[in-house]
Amino acid sequence: MHSYAPILVLAALSFGFAVFSIGAGALTGPKRFNRAKLDAYECGIEPTPQPVGGGRFPVKYYLTAMLFIVFDIEIVFLYPWAVAFDSLGIFGLVEMVLFILTLLAAYAYVWRRGGLEWD
Amino acid sequence: MTAAVFDTPSIEYRQLLPILIVLGVALAGVLVEAFMGRRYRHETQLVLALGGLVAAFVAVVATAGDYAVVAEGSVAVDGPGLFLQGTILLLAIPGILTTAERSLDTGGPFAPSGSAMPGSQHERLLTATGVTQTEVFPLLMFAVGGMLLFPVSNDLLTMFVALEVLSLPLYLLCGLARRRRLLSQEASLKYFLLGSFSSAFFLYGVALLYGYAGTVRLSGIADAAGSNAGDETLLLTGTALVAVGLLFKVGAAPFHSWTPDVYQGAPTPITGFMAACTKVAAFGALLRVFYVALGGLAWEWQPILWGVAILTMVVGSVVALTQQDVKRMLAYSSIAHAGFVLVGLVATDSATKDGEILGVSSVLFYLLAYGFSTIGAFAVVTLVRDSAGEATHLSQWAGLAKRSPLTAAVFTFFLAAFAGIPLTSGFTAKFAVFRAAWTGGAWELVVIGVVMSAVAAFFYFRVVVLMFFSAPAPDGPTVVVPSPLTTAAIALGAGVTLLLGVWPTQVLDLAGRASQFVR
Repeated sequence: MHSYAPILVLAALSFGFAVFSIGAGALTGPKRFNRAKLDAYECGIEPTPQPVGGGRFPVKYYLTAMLFIVFDIEIVFLYPWAVAFDSLGIFGLVEMVLFILTLLAAYAYVWRRGGLEWD
Repeated sequence: MTAAVFDTPSIEYRQLLPILIVLGVALAGVLVEAFMGRRYRHETQLVLALGGLVAAFVAVVATAGDYAVVAEGSVAVDGPGLFLQGTILLLAIPGILTTAERSLDTGGPFAPSGSAMPGSQHERLLTATGVTQTEVFPLLMFAVGGMLLFPVSNDLLTMFVALEVLSLPLYLLCGLARRRRLLSQEASLKYFLLGSFSSAFFLYGVALLYGYAGTVRLSGIADAAGSNAGDETLLLTGTALVAVGLLFKVGAAPFHSWTPDVYQGAPTPITGFMAACTKVAAFGALLRVFYVALGGLAWEWQPILWGVAILTMVVGSVVALTQQDVKRMLAYSSIAHAGFVLVGLVATDSATKDGEILGVSSVLFYLLAYGFSTIGAFAVVTLVRDSAGEATHLSQWAGLAKRSPLTAAVFTFFLAAFAGIPLTSGFTAKFAVFRAAWTGGAWELVVIGVVMSAVAAFFYFRVVVLMFFSAPAPDGPTVVVPSPLTTAAIALGAGVTLLLGVWPTQVLDLAGRASQFVR
């Protein structure tokens, strides 16, 4: 039980912080609403209203988001490799080059197919 | 905190070569899509895919006998694994050939642009310019790469990654039919939703088994189960959830409900590819999990798999009786065949003869035999067409023998193989699994299997009677003469079906020698 105490403290702290921030915002903040504030937060499309019979909505935002995630994952692997570069040696270098080349192929495809153009 | 120490992992590239070749070819296919002119893409992709499959098959043959647990224990290259990899690669060849067929439908069996709305102006324009979809080739090769990894994965996480690598391209491919696009997209969505659901089951089972054994390695789980350490509830629940995920992929009842809809809606070459290759890969993984990791628990899971096998055979055979669509009928027949393969699977290690594990070797042989018959049968379905595309309603097949005796005869031959008539591979394969089950003491399963084969045979022969002894409708479909690609695929399917029926000894021996797992 003793070893779990820090986790419980952390949970209590984060819960307290969340309650405090929302409460403080609601109590002290000015309340001037406009259209932009009612939009879906950080999400490229308007989910409603949809045209009758189901319309289509642009997926450009998702494409960008997916590309960003691929970059993200790449970094997740690059950082530990950079830290452990000495112990992995030439094997690590070759494997990482192969990994990056594989990702590069995907980027080349997206680029050639016009996935990087917004309109 | 001390700095983390990285040990250089040892990767045995030689044993992994077949997987690496196929994935490399898939990547090259992506680059072809990116940089090559549209005019040359189709031929380039076809040559690339076929070359990759043949090269990978050569690599599999060259590895034979060189069994080891490789890649830090996450991949087990052994007899059953290599046999199934070879089977998948051989089956993928007719799969690619039917996919590349362009003479039946202008521009091929796939929608020119998957994102164009069905029936829209954009789609009509693309159809009029005769654009061919060539992205299906890299997608298929990625799926094959995942299938090659699936039956050789030696830990549950590698198995999960392989499952996703093989599933994601298939979800997409199911939605790309050129004709009846809404049905195709519906199939794709259903397959995706139910497939992700079953993946979640699998992953949750993996988590529970990890909680039980402290490792995801199959041999580690076997050791933990053997020493009776830990909480047995975790072990049994985890086993059940992993089994649900895998039984979904093989299409066993009661997890079969996606099969008819997806098989009907997907483009027919993809349906044939799925019915053959996905089944082989998924049964490979099922065999490995139940024999390597959970072999010591046979008393626990055998009764459940008995029930699943019986239910699958009964549902597949009986519901097929009422089907009015050729593709749906073949889908239910594939469910019934999954049941027959499960009969071989439950025979377990107890049924051994001269060091050959009959349960494993009979399943290996069955998958090879059934794969070639089913891929050939679906290729024949692509030939019977009217103005709306493939004519899949059974009433449209009436009197087909009068229009094209050869096509009707070949389809009859495949149906005979499904029914298990002697001189076809279906007979040898059924005999092998029933013998394994009989030796393993599961004579009840054998009796039910034989009865269900008879029920299914009734339906297959109703189709034969329909083709040969009914009058053709005046405005019925025509049998289109395909290019050499589909002809080769059908000939390959029929040839192997005949060969394994008449002269199966060599392949049976090979399957027998390849029936030992490494841990």
